[in-house]
Amino acid sequence: MKLKNIEETFFKALMIASTLAIAGVLLMIIGTIVYKGLPSLTWDMVTKLPGGGFYLGKEGGVLNAIVGSIYIVAGSLVLSLFMSIPVVMYINFYLPKKSWFASVVRFSFDILFGIPSIVYGAFGFALMVYLGVRASLMGGIITIAMLITPIMMRSLDEVARLQSRDLPDALLSLGATKLEMIRVITRQIMPGLMTAVLLAVGRGIGDAATVLFTAGFTDNIPQSLNQPVATLPLAIFFQLGSPVEEVQNRAYASAVILTVIILLLSFSARFFSSRYSKSKI
Amino acid sequence: MRTANFPLEITQELLFSKALHEGVINRQTQNYSLQTDKLNVFIDNQHILKDIDLRIPEKSITCIIGPSGCGKSTLLKTFNRMHDETPEVKVTGRVVVDGLNIYDSKTNVIDTRKKMGLLAQRPCPLPMSIYDNVAFGPKIHGLRKRKSLNQMVIQYLQYVGLWEEVKGRIRTPASRLSIGQQQRLCLARGLAVEPHFILGDEATSALDPISTKKIEELFLKLKEKYTVVLVTHTLRQARRIADYVVFMYMGKVIEAGTTEQFFNHPTKQLTKEYLSGSFS
Repeated sequence: MKLKNIEETFFKALMIASTLAIAGVLLMIIGTIVYKGLPSLTWDMVTKLPGGGFYLGKEGGVLNAIVGSIYIVAGSLVLSLFMSIPVVMYINFYLPKKSWFASVVRFSFDILFGIPSIVYGAFGFALMVYLGVRASLMGGIITIAMLITPIMMRSLDEVARLQSRDLPDALLSLGATKLEMIRVITRQIMPGLMTAVLLAVGRGIGDAATVLFTAGFTDNIPQSLNQPVATLPLAIFFQLGSPVEEVQNRAYASAVILTVIILLLSFSARFFSSRYSKSKI
Repeated sequence: MRTANFPLEITQELLFSKALHEGVINRQTQNYSLQTDKLNVFIDNQHILKDIDLRIPEKSITCIIGPSGCGKSTLLKTFNRMHDETPEVKVTGRVVVDGLNIYDSKTNVIDTRKKMGLLAQRPCPLPMSIYDNVAFGPKIHGLRKRKSLNQMVIQYLQYVGLWEEVKGRIRTPASRLSIGQQQRLCLARGLAVEPHFILGDEATSALDPISTKKIEELFLKLKEKYTVVLVTHTLRQARRIADYVVFMYMGKVIEAGTTEQFFNHPTKQLTKEYLSGSFS
């Protein structure tokens, strides 16, 4: 065989091996949590609040954490969309192409992107202490929003930057204002927006460090923004730390629940965005 | 003859270049609703358009021709102030539309663009249905009544000859149309804003011959009501549909005149060379 052919075969094999390794890791993770968690995954787990002595192995479920996580992620998603869409539209369609200000904004979001979530948690905590706010749903929403906004912004920015100038030009030449133009462009980038939302939600719902000090933990479902709230990652963390084996297994069951929520969100978002783009664009 | 409607002296003289025919131009000023005075455009301090003085005759087709990079598209963009979107472009001089200098600080850019229907090189349908594409312009300019909108959509789709082809599916996405249909849709969308002028920036260069023919026929129909200015890089197209031709080279207007005159009796050496294909 010629050297070129050997080279070709070698690198092809390398690519296949890496792909398999990645898929294998994913399978192993899902396999482990399902294997360990499935026996403890009862209907009570998803429909009941923790009863007295739940963390010692008595009856109850993690409904508080499921609802809490959904509250926090929904709240922070709304907050984050309200911040990132205007920023992305402004730096892409209002500022000139070679704007130094846009570069500064992109660079700062890159830095924010790389900050570990515990730092956001600590910052949020310090802020709350300063403002005299206690660990609460509101605190959790704000800190998670800080965590996911850079993710959202960066992925939206990529989509917006890949937009050709044709559509904005077509809209402006019809006499549209910039705001009218932005509205149409938002429809155009809807699939990209969905991907950004998914990435952000995935990160936000699974993060424990950010909510550790800011959202607190409770066995109840919060009735207002000022009450503490439980989250799934923290529920997993506390249960896993228990010496009781049954409680540890429930941690894996909670992990299964978390994974299923993310998968459900992911599939439904893909489904709706593809239906949307087929019918509207 | 296409130019029969115009006063004799206009058809006989080269009208466009002020430098060449100052006398004639000045007498005929009221016949022109689009003109430029000492128009200069700089991009990043490069001098792109140099002292353009043009009078575009009303209700006729004017083709701007010239080799790539001569500034044809840049000139067209000055007519609807699309250079406003790129800060590195500096425009000096005047572009007078219906008696108003559109580069005057008092002139509203939205009003100017409303007057100028632009047909771009590649059709770019909006990410919405065929109906909404046509209704978009009237809607943003304040038309809300469903009945009037419906009428308008049908009227302009009929005008561009698209109605029969799409009437069963005007609620489907515009992106599903063929590229030629999309270009006619874009024309209908532009017309629905009720402009005074139609600008075409190589509007047929992405189309197949049959679609090109349809668009050209539309331009011929449009000039009965509108003033049409087209940038084209095909001489044959200019010969087929233009009433007047402007030849540009290196950011300057070299020669301008009626189609007959321009192609049959060019006066400038550069024009003769361009027409004979010495450069393109």
